[in-house]
Amino acid sequence: MALPYTEKVLDHFMHPHNVGKMEDADAHATEGSPACGDMVKLYLKVDEKTHVIQDVKFESYGCASNIATGSVITDLAKGKTLDEAKKINWKAANEELGGLPAVKVHCAVLAVDALRTAIENYEHRHGLVKEKIPTTEDVVMKRLSRVINPLAGQDVVKTGLIRAVRVGQGEVAVSVGLPADHQFANNIREEIIERIEPLWDVKRVAVTFIGE
Amino acid sequence: MESRIYLDNAAASRTDPEVVRAMLPYFDEIYAVASSQFSHTPGILAREALDRSRETLARRLSASPEEIIFTSGGTESNNLAVKGAAWAAKTAKKHLICSQIEHQSVLHSCQWLEKQGFSLTTVRVDGEGFVDLDQLEDSIRPDTLLVSIQQGNQEVGTIQPVDRIAEICRARGVLFHTDASFSFTQADLDLSAVPADLVTLSAHRIHGPKGIGALYVRKGTPIEKMMHGGYHEFSLRSGTENVAGAVGFAKAVELSGAREAARIRALQGRLFERLGATVEDIEVNGPGDMERRLPGNVNVSFKRVEGESVVLHLDMKGISVITGSACFSRSLEPSYVMMAMGFSHERAHGSIRFSLSRFNHEEEIDRTADSCRDVVGALRRISPLSS
Repeated sequence: MALPYTEKVLDHFMHPHNVGKMEDADAHATEGSPACGDMVKLYLKVDEKTHVIQDVKFESYGCASNIATGSVITDLAKGKTLDEAKKINWKAANEELGGLPAVKVHCAVLAVDALRTAIENYEHRHGLVKEKIPTTEDVVMKRLSRVINPLAGQDVVKTGLIRAVRVGQGEVAVSVGLPADHQFANNIREEIIERIEPLWDVKRVAVTFIGE
Repeated sequence: MESRIYLDNAAASRTDPEVVRAMLPYFDEIYAVASSQFSHTPGILAREALDRSRETLARRLSASPEEIIFTSGGTESNNLAVKGAAWAAKTAKKHLICSQIEHQSVLHSCQWLEKQGFSLTTVRVDGEGFVDLDQLEDSIRPDTLLVSIQQGNQEVGTIQPVDRIAEICRARGVLFHTDASFSFTQADLDLSAVPADLVTLSAHRIHGPKGIGALYVRKGTPIEKMMHGGYHEFSLRSGTENVAGAVGFAKAVELSGAREAARIRALQGRLFERLGATVEDIEVNGPGDMERRLPGNVNVSFKRVEGESVVLHLDMKGISVITGSACFSRSLEPSYVMMAMGFSHERAHGSIRFSLSRFNHEEEIDRTADSCRDVVGALRRISPLSS
């Protein structure tokens, strides 16, 4: 059978680990939304002294890649310290799953993001708070490195899809190296806006396509 | 996979064994090019088979055989109808009208023509997928050349009142094309009564082979060919005729009848009823009035779950369906048909299309509904939207 998923992906999809709601969680985070078709909610139980993740659970509204990644990411995080768990990226999850189809990586990233955000949330509530950093081109690029290029299954920065970023007076302009009528253009536009718009000092995000 | 329940017939249906039998001689016995009546015997036999097939299609539509142009399928027919009519327009008529939910071969042809200097009005649809007839009529201008509105919708099964639309166009002196790719033999279309000028037909959704379709071109309709070459298909479509395909198409048309449509209609009702009885929180997508819905189409949204997961789980259970979810589409966007109908993204993401055929039976319908209950139940248990 030539389904596009590895046996490991299918196994985690059919029988996901660590699923469900955690009533007494120390921190939780939600990434994605029903509107974008994938949503993950992740819960953490953390040892206050050792900062070891004692328990982790997730809930998924999403496709097979999303569910399978939530399952492996929670397996990987369990028993690790917060600092160790922060280093878990989608590459690790992807390797664990034996590889996801490139076009599906953006669904999988949400679970990784949810883990990171839940850890950040925990840190915010338990001491270490970072100051508000003004948005610069570097900050935008860093955020954009979490937007996946569906053509390659890697982020849009690494794959050279972002041609230019300009930041000024609350406006962020992003140029993407794709034709405006490309099949993924609308999807990429929405994901870029979703990543940049929440920044505290950004009022408007303009995405232009400079396709060849 | 003998027990597989195949419910994706609106994409492609099983070629009927009788169709296959009818086609076989045209591969290894009568394989000559269908040629003129003054040719050699095999060529004449091929020509006669092609003509008989053309007559079968024409009869079904109450049309003349010379009005049937064989093509490679629905996409080519839609391209030929829209672009061919546009290129033939020697006048200043540069305005096109279509609906938001046309098949992409119509939509993208119209959008391409827009880049060539035509203007396009896209008429909206309501929550059941019906075209806004008032807006359609108001959109017709002195320079309107063509209106293209499908007969039956590919995703939600809405049957448009093409008889009324054809009358409106006729009264205003505008060409009318209807894409009947998804409705041919499933919904009535009598071209002696309905003044449509161009009609797209397709074979592989009614148990005919892939790679063959047709365009009905009413006598006198100005249309320019797209495929240049020899004098085939009344000089409207060059290229060696697909005789075996045409024979198969005609056989498929002969096999489809009113009794079968009634049987599929009953299966449709049963599936809607069973899903409603066994799965909580579902929404019906498309017309509630079954008389205005293609008989093989069932489309529902399961709240709080995402469609690709449902499709994959059902596939594991041996059931083939599709979804309007972004995760399933080649553009990573939710179904444009459902967006046009005003649905939320979530409703589109949770939508599942079941399309039935003559090869389905009641026991399959019941098993499908039970499997949906199990799969949707399991996915809802892990959904953050459930709590």
